[in-house]
Amino acid sequence: MGDPMPYIMLATALFLIVGMVLMLTRLIGGPSLYDRLLAVNSFGTKTVLFLCVFGFIIDRPDGIDIALLYALMNFIATIAVLKFFSYKALAVDLRDVADVSTEEVQ
Amino acid sequence: MFAQLIMAAEPVVHEAASASVDWSVVWSFIRNVLTVMSLAGGLFFVLAGAVGVIRLPDFYTRLHAAGMTDTLGAELILFGLILQADGWQVIAKLLLVAFFLFVTSPTATHAVAYAAYKAGEKPLLGRWRAPALEDEA
Repeated sequence: MGDPMPYIMLATALFLIVGMVLMLTRLIGGPSLYDRLLAVNSFGTKTVLFLCVFGFIIDRPDGIDIALLYALMNFIATIAVLKFFSYKALAVDLRDVADVSTEEVQ
Repeated sequence: MFAQLIMAAEPVVHEAASASVDWSVVWSFIRNVLTVMSLAGGLFFVLAGAVGVIRLPDFYTRLHAAGMTDTLGAELILFGLILQADGWQVIAKLLLVAFFLFVTSPTATHAVAYAAYKAGEKPLLGRWRAPALEDEA
């Protein structure tokens, strides 16, 4: 039994995969669109963590760059899907739409 | 005669070992213990959030479970990884990942909740009434 840290990293990655599988069940069986979107967002966060841990497992920390990119892309994707399903189009300037949406609510 | 020699020599060896403590070994042991503690705590929060997303009855409670626990669990796991990193580039990248997750995760949660509420997703309430949206503004 040498250095215990690789085993601990491996166990962390396995438990993160368990959490990702649980999120996938909510993604497939979610009753509403927003449940699925929440599951995708949480799945992306766990993917970022998994990429960081995986970079430590294979002893090449280059995976953290990909994790950084994925964290930003995950956020943009969530906002984009929300915008598409709120306004039925992506080519909408939210600065013009803000007044209309508050009028809709009131 | 050999036993006498060993008994005579042993205290000297022990004194020499205790006089020069290898501080790098002590530091790496402390670092490993802290890493295991923060990784286990982060995994506890992440898995609790996943189980909450599966089991809770309502969209808003599920959003609460995922949004709360993902932020803290991710920060704890990244802290555990920072303790194991060697080289300032890796530490800087991990700090950047932690910063972006800390900023974007609550923002995305808020955006999902706001869009769902505006689209008329009803929370499960007993005898209480959900507040109208213009009351908060």
